[in-house]
Amino acid sequence: MNEGPIRADRVITDGAAGLITRVEELAYELKIGEVMTSPAKTVTPDMRMSDVLALFRDAKVSGAPVMANGELVGIVSIADLIRALQENNTAAAVSEYMTMQVTTLEAGSPVIEALKLFTATRVGRLPVVDQAGHLVGIITKGDITRGVLRALEYDYQEEEVRKYRARHLFEDIVSDRTSLTLRYKIKQGDFAHGGNASSHIKRALVRLGASPQIARRCGIAIYEAEMNLIIHTTNGGAVRVEIEPHQIVMETIDDGPGIEDIDLAMTPGYSTAPDSVRELGFGAGMGLKNIQRCVDDMYLDSTVGRGTRLEMRIFLKPDEQLGDSSSPADRAGRNGGASQ
Amino acid sequence: MTLQDIIQQLDLTVLTRKTDFGGIAPASGYASDLLSCVMAGAKRKSVWVTLQAHANIVAVAALLDLSAVIITEGAMPDPSAIAKADEEGIILLSTPKATFEVAGRLWEMGLRTE
Repeated sequence: MNEGPIRADRVITDGAAGLITRVEELAYELKIGEVMTSPAKTVTPDMRMSDVLALFRDAKVSGAPVMANGELVGIVSIADLIRALQENNTAAAVSEYMTMQVTTLEAGSPVIEALKLFTATRVGRLPVVDQAGHLVGIITKGDITRGVLRALEYDYQEEEVRKYRARHLFEDIVSDRTSLTLRYKIKQGDFAHGGNASSHIKRALVRLGASPQIARRCGIAIYEAEMNLIIHTTNGGAVRVEIEPHQIVMETIDDGPGIEDIDLAMTPGYSTAPDSVRELGFGAGMGLKNIQRCVDDMYLDSTVGRGTRLEMRIFLKPDEQLGDSSSPADRAGRNGGASQ
Repeated sequence: MTLQDIIQQLDLTVLTRKTDFGGIAPASGYASDLLSCVMAGAKRKSVWVTLQAHANIVAVAALLDLSAVIITEGAMPDPSAIAKADEEGIILLSTPKATFEVAGRLWEMGLRTE
């Protein structure tokens, strides 16, 4: 590994950017205790440097905390061992060659703290202690690399397996016409959960292989429709999304109060939202207009006293189709864009 | 210009989990308190400036893949909204400054509407 400071001017390709950002995130998410080597091989101050040599060789380690009566009193590294060898003094006690002022790390701290210390002090390993200051392990840059790789592989596999499963749904299940239906119940006035249905739908579409553009258009349309149910209905309503390889049909249904004048409701800036709702930033009178902009086809049917039904359709072009029923060339293209 | 530069120069408080802000380069900026206008106007990877602080800004930011939300005039989201933002990977930043000033400073730093 490079010992130099992290360069600010490194060149990152678009493809690598996602991965690097995730690695950096992991440096904050992973705890030192999750990646350290535990328990650490330890030595005592009265052991000889020749014992240290044997330990380093047999255990394949390059440093060890020095413990006396359960307390951390120093650390001995391969550099100390080399000094003893050069001075032909491997019979000397560990206490003569060990480094006494030892910086320690807490097991509960994020890995970034270890990286910072490694960069600042240029040491190769640091003892890890628990909150009470007791030694629980040792960490090297190699431990961090392994821990991050493991976490990345896990992340990658989990999401890839989900995407793989979802993308093959349409080709694995044979019928004359296969569709996937997602249903959500929306409660009136439930602002705390506003946007949940649209987030879930957007994620489902991405897993099914929808392009970010299609997922975004559906997300926006459903969000506006979902918020309309929360803000304007008497008893809430339902969101229903039917996904087929070639189209996405989204629908919201409620049982009132109904829209008096649909043309007026479609006019940008017109809103019947009460002030309390406007204070939250809703009721701009843009919702239906936004939906119209995002979908290919929109149908709004409403009867006062009966309820409202809004249907929105997005048609997928041949190169945007969901599932893996597309041509091999398309698949190659899609795999090429998997780093998005 | 990275999010790190913006956080430093505008002295913003980071409300959500710390991450590598230096690796995030916002593409553009947008300012409005009306969520539907944001839905219509904010581009992907943009920074959204608003004084709204309720949980729905997180939903909007997530649906639009925004880089970050700057909440102005010291408005403070609920802990539940912050938790939701962490879950969705949305960055929430806070400042006592008004939206007008924040937008002006971002423009001075070179951020545009694309």
